[in-house]
Amino acid sequence: MEGIRTHILVCGGTGCMASESEKVIKNLGLILKAREYKEEVKIVQTGCFGFCEQGPIVKIEPDDVFYVRVSPKDAKDIIDEHVIKGRIVERLLYKEPSNENTINKQEDIPFYKKQLRIALRNCGLINPEDIYEYIALGGYEALGKALTEMTKDAVLDEVKKSGLRGRGGGGFPTGLKWEITKKQESDVKFIICNADEGDPGAFMDRSILEGDPHAVLEAMAIGAYVIGADKGIIYIRAEYPLAIERLNIALKQARDVGLLGKNIFGTNFNFDIDIKFGAGAFVCGEETALINSCEGKRGEPNYKPPYPAEKGYWGHPTCVNNVETFANITAIINRGAQWFASIGTEKSKGTKVFALAGKINNVGLVEVPMGITLREIIYDIGGGIQGGRKFKALQTGGPSGGVLTEDNLDTKIDYDSLIEIGSMMGSGGMIVMDEKDNMVNIAKFYLEFTMDESCGRCTPCRIGTKRMYEILNKITSKKGTMADLDALKQLCYMIKDSSLCGLGQTAPNPVISTMKHFWHEYLAFIKDVDHPQGEGKYVPKNKIGIKS
Amino acid sequence: MKIKSIDELRKIKEQYQDFVQLRKQGEGNSEHVEVLVGMATCGISSGARETLNAFVTQLAKEKIVGAKVISVGCIGYCHAEPTVQINIKGQKPILYGNVTEANVSKIIEQHIKGGKPVEDLVLQVDFERA
Ligand SMILES: Cc1cc2nc3c(=O)[nH]c(=O)nc-3n(C[C@H](O)[C@H](O)[C@H](O)COP(=O)(O)O)c2cc1C
Repeated sequence: MEGIRTHILVCGGTGCMASESEKVIKNLGLILKAREYKEEVKIVQTGCFGFCEQGPIVKIEPDDVFYVRVSPKDAKDIIDEHVIKGRIVERLLYKEPSNENTINKQEDIPFYKKQLRIALRNCGLINPEDIYEYIALGGYEALGKALTEMTKDAVLDEVKKSGLRGRGGGGFPTGLKWEITKKQESDVKFIICNADEGDPGAFMDRSILEGDPHAVLEAMAIGAYVIGADKGIIYIRAEYPLAIERLNIALKQARDVGLLGKNIFGTNFNFDIDIKFGAGAFVCGEETALINSCEGKRGEPNYKPPYPAEKGYWGHPTCVNNVETFANITAIINRGAQWFASIGTEKSKGTKVFALAGKINNVGLVEVPMGITLREIIYDIGGGIQGGRKFKALQTGGPSGGVLTEDNLDTKIDYDSLIEIGSMMGSGGMIVMDEKDNMVNIAKFYLEFTMDESCGRCTPCRIGTKRMYEILNKITSKKGTMADLDALKQLCYMIKDSSLCGLGQTAPNPVISTMKHFWHEYLAFIKDVDHPQGEGKYVPKNKIGIKS
Repeated sequence: MKIKSIDELRKIKEQYQDFVQLRKQGEGNSEHVEVLVGMATCGISSGARETLNAFVTQLAKEKIVGAKVISVGCIGYCHAEPTVQINIKGQKPILYGNVTEANVSKIIEQHIKGGKPVEDLVLQVDFERA
């Protein structure tokens, strides 16, 4: 290919062929020959660009200019104007329907630009069981750079400046957590990767571990270097056998080439990782319960403070981070905090992986920049609601989160805006409901889950969730009264305020938010029983007041 | 072999440049045809293992040398599992969805041997990799 300075890519997909892309190619070739540019410019017929509606598509590389609806007679202008004179042929650029702005880069076309994959950058692209494929794509360079060219503080600074926040649900600034753990005076420290992923319907972390395990190992080593640990633990549920297998292969390969073990990259930094298995309890994803479980104790949470960063695994300072949090680290070190911080919103930087499920056409994993709207996720990426039905609600944050409704479709989502509208980011489960779903049943589903998963250590959660579930059951079997709704509401706030850990503190959220947005659906179960007029006529029968 | 310095790491990386170019853009000097099969839990449970096996046996039967079948992780398109990506030098990598065993021979005939993607199985890739 020597001497070729420009490639003209012409789409050879069925759609474009139907709209004469072959003639376009032929004309381009003839004109190139006539102008004697054949040695310098190469025409390539490509596969489908996926933008058939605008075909035929022609792309000029390396200029990265994207022409649409190119007819055979446009070939002359593309060669004479663009290729020879370097002037973009404006009339062939794509126009965004909404504002008629012309767009000339492929990335800028709405269809292409919705997803950005940082945490998932290698998933589906490399063989996760071959460390050399990971290295070929820049793997372990961030670790090498950190160990040999950067001080601990410099690495920490990068992570802090990037604005990365914990992807496990809480959204705690990762740099700050590393800094707190780093500051602890102790000879023994640990770094733990939380791969428990108990949120029903979520599988972001599993996909990362199965598709790109080294990204997590490398990031753990970087974190360990910063905080001063020489031992790491990956806590993963035993229900993820394939992820465990690939992690074990990755660990072995990293040890074999000396990227884990003693004197990594010829420095005096030693680091290795153990895998510990969880039995699949939701509560064991909570960091203090996780640490207890790692120590072989019952998987029950402790009161915080002290936080794990101060007193964690066997009483030593321990940094617990989520899989997806780690998966962002090497990209930050390689490309810089500034690059990362340029993506997202003011207070939530970077991207988030979501597991899109429920009544949506394109069920799957998506990774989108913070600040995208739900409408874009559901309609542009998710392909809309199944069967062309109407969107009703969307649950984020799993059993700890709440529902969002049509009114929230245009909210730019990040950690803070989601809390503002009554839900939370959570770990990334996103379940879409349509007009056929009954919201009381949805709330009951989540409550059944938290009731089952309550570890029983504290009373409000152990007994409270059970009572809530009983009341919900009574309501959905049309035996409930307004007093039951009242009691349900009160229980919600009682459990929220008095539970020991995040499980109990958030368990009532699905009920609270469905009551807020879909009160009429609760009433519909009650109305016919003893208060046909509904809420307005209701006089409390007992002394329980409504707190809300 | 132990990697003892960042220079050694970068040397290894350089040796793989053709591989990376083919994998990412369908360019470079690699003469291999690559068949990437999404083999995460989700893919396997929708039949990716059967698909992978079918590729291996049929490519061998057709005596297509230089074709490599590689299992990779999940690309996130659960609605279209099993997914398969074909990388051929000089062509943009093509991602296919719903590649059941039955579709394998079609892809080998039409695309790997014939150079023409099987359009009705092609998935639109709607993401950028960082
Ligand atoms: C009930 C409960 C379950 C949790 N499950 C998980 C989980 O599965 N994975 C996870 O990373 N974090 C989970 N967390 C959050 C962890 O306690 C912790 O905040 C997180 O692992 C910290 O990592 P990050 O800062 O990187 O997000 C859970 C918290 C609670 C209260």
